Amino acid sequence: MPHIRVTVDGVSYDDQVEARRLLVHYLREQLGKVGTPVGCDTTNCGACTVLMDGQSVKSCSVLACQADGHDITTVEALAADGDLHPIQRAFHETHALQCGYCTPGMMMAALDLLRDNPDPSDEEIREGLEGNMCRCTGYVNIVRAVREAAAVMRATTAAPESESRTTDVPQQVVREQEPAPQAASGGASS
Amino acid sequence: MTMAPESGTDQVGSPRLRKEDARLITGQTEWTDNIQQTGMLHVAFLRSPHAHARITSVDTSAAMQQPGVVAAYSGADFADEQGSLPCAWPVTEDMLLPAHPPMAVDEVRYVGEAVACVVARDAYSAADALEALDVEFEPLPAVIDMESALAEDTPLVHEGSGQGQGSNKAFEWPMAVGDVDSAFEGADIVLTRRYHQQRLIPAAMEPRSVVCRPDGDAFTLWSATQVPHIVRLMLAMTTGIPEHKIRVIAPDVGGGFGSKLQVTAEEVLALLLARRLRKPVKWTETRTEGFQTTHHGRDQIQDVSIAADSDGRIRGLKVDLLADMGAYMMLVTPGVPILGAFMFPGIYKMDAYSFHCTGVFTTKMPTDAYRGAGRPEATYAIERIVTELADEIGMDPMELRRRNWITHDEFPYTGIAGLTYDSGNYEAATDRAVELFDYDGLRAEQRRRRESGDPVQLGIGISTYTEMCGLAPSRVLGQLSYGAGGWENAAVRMLPTGKVEVVTGTSPHGQGHVTSWSQIVADQLGVPFEDVEVLHGDTRVAPKGMDTYGSRSLVVGGTAVVQACDRVLDKARRLAAHMMEANEDDLEFSDGRFTVRGTERPSTSLQEVALAAFAAHDLPEGAEASLDADATFDPENFSYPHGTHLCAVEVDTETGQVSLRSYTAVDDVGTVINPSIVDGQVHGGLAQGIAQALFEEAVYDTDGNLVTSTMADYTVPTAADLPDFTLDRTTTPATTNPLGAKGVGEAGTIASTPAVVGAVVDALRPFGVRDMRMPCTPQRVWRAVAEAREAGRSEGGQR
Ligand code: FES
Ligand code: FES
Repeated sequence: MPHIRVTVDGVSYDDQVEARRLLVHYLREQLGKVGTPVGCDTTNCGACTVLMDGQSVKSCSVLACQADGHDITTVEALAADGDLHPIQRAFHETHALQCGYCTPGMMMAALDLLRDNPDPSDEEIREGLEGNMCRCTGYVNIVRAVREAAAVMRATTAAPESESRTTDVPQQVVREQEPAPQAASGGASS
Repeated sequence: MTMAPESGTDQVGSPRLRKEDARLITGQTEWTDNIQQTGMLHVAFLRSPHAHARITSVDTSAAMQQPGVVAAYSGADFADEQGSLPCAWPVTEDMLLPAHPPMAVDEVRYVGEAVACVVARDAYSAADALEALDVEFEPLPAVIDMESALAEDTPLVHEGSGQGQGSNKAFEWPMAVGDVDSAFEGADIVLTRRYHQQRLIPAAMEPRSVVCRPDGDAFTLWSATQVPHIVRLMLAMTTGIPEHKIRVIAPDVGGGFGSKLQVTAEEVLALLLARRLRKPVKWTETRTEGFQTTHHGRDQIQDVSIAADSDGRIRGLKVDLLADMGAYMMLVTPGVPILGAFMFPGIYKMDAYSFHCTGVFTTKMPTDAYRGAGRPEATYAIERIVTELADEIGMDPMELRRRNWITHDEFPYTGIAGLTYDSGNYEAATDRAVELFDYDGLRAEQRRRRESGDPVQLGIGISTYTEMCGLAPSRVLGQLSYGAGGWENAAVRMLPTGKVEVVTGTSPHGQGHVTSWSQIVADQLGVPFEDVEVLHGDTRVAPKGMDTYGSRSLVVGGTAVVQACDRVLDKARRLAAHMMEANEDDLEFSDGRFTVRGTERPSTSLQEVALAAFAAHDLPEGAEASLDADATFDPENFSYPHGTHLCAVEVDTETGQVSLRSYTAVDDVGTVINPSIVDGQVHGGLAQGIAQALFEEAVYDTDGNLVTSTMADYTVPTAADLPDFTLDRTTTPATTNPLGAKGVGEAGTIASTPAVVGAVVDALRPFGVRDMRMPCTPQRVWRAVAEAREAGRSEGGQR
């Protein structure tokens, strides 16, 4: 069995994996990273999207051994120290999720989109998220969420070290805003 | 102790952000497929590659030798204990109800039907070992198309079971009101249309999944289901395992849309495998497997005739329906078209109505509930045909509707199909929609484009829909031969610290009940929104319930929550009076505090009363030491959301491309608890209704193979396929429940399909096009234009 070294959500792992094992199954079953779900078997739905070295990939279309030497970020690492990432906050505040099954993949894909294009139009957001399906929301609020997260992230990266902005997602966490909703007790009223 | 913080009132109607989100956006989820159990085994099913075949042999011995395999079974191995999958809705006494073994024993009747299974230490090994199962089939003829299924000499789907009785006809269900013959005979205009409701795949994003763990002589079963209570009851009835020994949990569930309103073969078999192997087992479908074997929706042929006077007054309506059951009757398969029977007349007054439905067996996946279940089909037919009627008369389709609809001062109104619509205001919703949409402006643009022969034509579609939801009055369900009631249960418990636990029998899977119920309880009890916890989806935690479907949760379940709160307050008032040394009748309750009317005496908070009840040091005579109550609400009537949806499409007559230019939806869903959740339901509903109109179709080939078995072939729309929507609401509260709520889960889907197809047809009307099969793909649209041009029927759209 191939041996891999991979960093997932900031922790490095040294593992034996079956050569054919998909990254998403490695994440879910070997590492217990069940925050990333599986929605299809033809790489159409995008539910399994994670970042590999900052770029979005469908983790059902990558073999675990192809992740050798790479840095994987899943939805579980977006919030740093309890502070929600702007994309998470925006999804929450715009009601961009219902069942939430597509949400991890949708947010990860959106981050990649915003890395490429920090100020996308609605049209560009819709085109950019074409690889991610949502059956619940009709996408209206997802588009809003991405637009609003983009605005917050632009404002944040306009701060001093913005030029050295990396693709490392957790660094984009905004900390100056109101505290994140605690556990299951919900957010502020709007 | 906790003092009462600021008032909880005025929560209802406020767009509170959802409590559910915190876990979902951080990946701290509990989908069924996430569940791990010590020693858990994984199940994979071998599925029929034939639409119809006799099983001649199943040999599991080689599979047993595969690495990691613990067991392998054929259907015959479970023949004595697996029973027959339940159908809870035998719509007629003589309906054919063929046996439906969870794992086929003698014969398979659709591609994907489970034939054998492998149980292994991990999912990859289980899947691998399927290859080593040796099953021999003797193919039988496939029966694909409903009309040929009913022809003489057609092979029977259920011949082998001895239950076919010489026909693929499953049942006939007629209904007639008024003098239909004279309504049609004396009419100036009779218009007849045939509409096809294509087969659809619900495609919830979370695949089905089930885990079952034996616990002594009992079982815990987690399932991606909308209906844990129904699953528990039906598992007990199907397998004979006592109901109190089965606990069913619906953990986080990733959408359902009706597809998880089912009792599935895999749930039954997971239970039986766990019992046989004494180990926890898990099965999760692949998407392809799911498309083949998670029930489908729609699939009807509708022959519709409308009779009217030349001034547009509708006299009568006749509907003759063929409904494809697929190969078996599943939980509510035959009931779906019957739910539609009552909705064909829509919002219109008429003198006579007849409906006749024939249920037909074919060798395809069974159909069952899919968002709207019967009502989208009916709404589609009536909204399409009244528009065609207007065209025939030469009247604006909106004007024709105005002449026929029930006016706001006529409510409550008992329509021709026997339903009493309690409230509504079609004029108000329509006026608002017309204004927001700029109906007149778009009509003017349409005229210009028609006159100039613009290759891109503009079409306007109208849907002035209503629907029946809030399922359902138990009495009516009984009259319709449904096997259960339509009540809902809730419990409200004041904890000693003043926090509140609410237990609901509804089972949300994206609808945000935790948030909405918290808002309701916060207002009822005057406690903070944050102090309310809502528990659901576990038959041990929420033992009584009828679950979530049919836009019922708020209307029925929310009302039960209100009633339980009322009972808690009754208890609290008695105790508060005792504590305050006042007369109960002199107490007032508001903002979570009891005061003695007309005095300056200090008030007592509900939280203080809760603590006193818990301490029980000084209770009034006969009072119990609890501030808990439960309630079961059984509605008297359905609820009737309505609204006006207007759609503008641009159709490129040279390429057949349809683009949605604008969509305006003004819905009246009664009182709104949380406007963002309601908007979200409408958005998602619209997307699914539009998807039926433009994108989706489950296609079987003549051999009975599902051609659209992957997400690459079955084209669920993405963000790039859909526009933004313009939403607004009018509000006429329901009079049949204390909340005034009408339900919103299905309205968008029900309303939108005819609006969109109507718009496409409207765009092509100058070419002589009067109908378009769904989905209106570019190819179909292009062909319709080409054929119309060829037939020389163009009335000036081309120069
Ligand atoms: S699970 Fe990876 S794209 Fe669907
Ligand atoms: S929120 Fe349910 S699939 Fe997107």
